[in-house]
Amino acid sequence: MSRKPLVRECPPTTWYFRQPRYMRYMSREITSIFVGAYCVLLVVGLQRLADGPTAWEGFLLALQSPASIVFQILAFVAAVYHAATWFNATQKAMPLQIGEGFVPGNLISGAHYAAWAVLSLIVLILAGVF
Amino acid sequence: MAKSHKPVVWFPFAAGGTVIAFCMPVIVLLTLLAALGHAPAGLDYQNMHVFARSGLGKLIIFGVVALSLWSSAHRLRCTCYDFGLRADTLVATVLYAAAIFGSIAAAVFLARI
Repeated sequence: MSRKPLVRECPPTTWYFRQPRYMRYMSREITSIFVGAYCVLLVVGLQRLADGPTAWEGFLLALQSPASIVFQILAFVAAVYHAATWFNATQKAMPLQIGEGFVPGNLISGAHYAAWAVLSLIVLILAGVF
Repeated sequence: MAKSHKPVVWFPFAAGGTVIAFCMPVIVLLTLLAALGHAPAGLDYQNMHVFARSGLGKLIIFGVVALSLWSSAHRLRCTCYDFGLRADTLVATVLYAAAIFGSIAAAVFLARI
């Protein structure tokens, strides 16, 4: 007895166009490109800081180029999108059981959002933005 | 029980994902402010230097940079695969090597401050 094996077609480069949820998944994947590139920028900044005041001032000045501004706006959007989707996933990734019931998922995600807001505010205050 | 090397990759990935989620937006916002000509006082050389010279500052900077690099490398590896670049061993080697190199570079720069 032989049956025709089921071959599931999966075009390796275009599969995510099939479903809106695949597209949403890929849009989150793409944020890793900008976040990764920004990490490289951080290492470069650290090098400039180690090189002394002149190098650091030059680094801050180089940040002001139009290409750098566009990149940083994209990186900011990517970082916020990554953060929001990460916090939304926490309620699925680490459900919290107390007694018989589970803590409502939105409470877990909400706590992460609150901690995120407080931490960001503290960093902004320490950096002297306000 | 079979041993897997996955936890070694996974732990820094998950830690890095959390660090990126909590810290990266505000860090990008700070450099974006500087790029738009409104650099906050905290980004002055004096203040950054004092922060990066303290033990706690070094620990925070290295933790954020190294974990973010590793997490990004792991995510980029998955992204490459999802976009059809199936040479996974090569991609993983290049990206993880870059993350390790970047982390060592960050440690060297911090030691020089």
